[in-house]
Amino acid sequence: MKDFRVAERPLLQVEGLSKFYGTRIGCEGVSFDLWPGEVMGIVGESGSGKTTLLNCLAGHQAPDAGRVIFDCEYGPQDTVTMSEPARRRLSRTDWAFVHQHAHEGLRMNVSAGGNVGERLMAVGARHYGDIRGRALDWLERVEIPGDRIDDRPSAFSGGMRQRLQIARNLVTGPRLVFMDEPTGGLDVSVQARLLDLLRGLVREMGLSAIVVTHDLAVVRLLADRLMVMKDGHVVEQGLTDQVLDDPQHGYTQLLVSSVLQV
Amino acid sequence: MTDYNFAYLDEQTKRMIRRAILKGLAIPGYQVPFASREMPMPYGWGTGGVQVSAAVMTPEDTFKVIDQGADDTTNAVSIRKFFEKTARIATTERTSEATVIQTRHRIPEEPLRAGQILVYQVPIPEPLRFLEPSEVETRKMHALEEYGLMHVKLYEDISRHGHISTAYAYPVKVEGRYVMDPSPIPKFDNPKLEMEAIQLFGAGREQRIYALPPHCRVVSLDFEDHPFDPSKADHPCGLCGAEDSYLDEVIMDDAGGRMFVCSDTDFCRDRREAGHRGAMAAGTEAPA
Repeated sequence: MKDFRVAERPLLQVEGLSKFYGTRIGCEGVSFDLWPGEVMGIVGESGSGKTTLLNCLAGHQAPDAGRVIFDCEYGPQDTVTMSEPARRRLSRTDWAFVHQHAHEGLRMNVSAGGNVGERLMAVGARHYGDIRGRALDWLERVEIPGDRIDDRPSAFSGGMRQRLQIARNLVTGPRLVFMDEPTGGLDVSVQARLLDLLRGLVREMGLSAIVVTHDLAVVRLLADRLMVMKDGHVVEQGLTDQVLDDPQHGYTQLLVSSVLQV
Repeated sequence: MTDYNFAYLDEQTKRMIRRAILKGLAIPGYQVPFASREMPMPYGWGTGGVQVSAAVMTPEDTFKVIDQGADDTTNAVSIRKFFEKTARIATTERTSEATVIQTRHRIPEEPLRAGQILVYQVPIPEPLRFLEPSEVETRKMHALEEYGLMHVKLYEDISRHGHISTAYAYPVKVEGRYVMDPSPIPKFDNPKLEMEAIQLFGAGREQRIYALPPHCRVVSLDFEDHPFDPSKADHPCGLCGAEDSYLDEVIMDDAGGRMFVCSDTDFCRDRREAGHRGAMAAGTEAPA
């Protein structure tokens, strides 16, 4: 269960983060705090800078200005200026990144067990039996049958691949998960199952997460807090229900009213 | 008189290669880039090994070439002749008499001693190549010592075959730092990588040289519950009866007949000259 004790300091503090592509704006002046156990949604249309922002936060791209301060085990550290080895170590221990397309986050020519075990081996696990045991445990948690452990992801359906990617990321017990359109490209029933799974894992493990999506239903289900982006700027942020039920900014109103009602 | 410069390569090229070798010896297991030259032989036939041999060779050296342990195969014979012609150097088939030994895919059975140099022909120097296609990324992984991926390969072996099925080019960790491909030697030879002689690895097409100085600590990667096993065919040599040497399986006929013989021909001949006889040696004479 989520630990409701008040944390001393935010897990992630973002201050004035900007990224430019030449004269074009990727994202500009983004600031927010993310507290332990909190799930933050970032919504906006294509080209609004959501993915640029996420890549800058996760260290995949170098921002042009601003600070991303993560509460490491040895105190808050600016991940933008920290050394590359330290940042890469973070990204395989305390951080996890779930890609929109599972094949970007998986090794397609390595078995499901090997995919889940890779992060364990990267942090020093050297006991085959233990690694396999934990891989089996995680496959079960993401509802992949144990007898598929030696199959390659190329033999998996889209939904299974995405769940495998999640297992691979969460096996080392990260504290912060970045998700880029985790349900993109999946059909609705598979989406629903994946969201259900994600919600369960986030609550159970007390994960903090930043979820980028253009699907308002995803943030409604997953996110505690919501940030709306347009043209590289944050135009509105607040509690998810508040933003979605009572949108203040013109663009947010447009976004909310554009959702098809079945 | 020969029209070739000593050992074919010009002196500047040899200096360049020697610098790469010295750097490799100073950083055991690190792949040093070098400007590999076009050699009068195809890539894959030992262009890297030949360049390294040419760079370390002196007129006083005695040279031996083995290919899969044998002195008399095409590759070994032609490289030996190449240096006989271009360096006028003494050659031998006896491991103990040689000072420079160029090898493809084997380490001689007879322990090498200080003062000898073993030169390997390396097809693919990058142990992470088939796991991570990007060279930029693999260099970064070496630099940052991120070697978890190497174990993913061993994990895959066990999950598919029940044991680590990698039988040659078995990855090793050198002096607790660099993960290295020992070239396609059988894993039976891996424990011999810790030796008195200098070991140099040359990859011509890939333009890399790396090295192991004498008495370097070389550990074969494994899992705690699946330890490294330097296995060989469970037979004695059919000709000399050796039980501790690496064996080749030779098909005798199309009715399932086969025999196992030492892959190191010099070692096998030495033993037969010393009077050892294997079960299938009847009628065969030890070569003079």
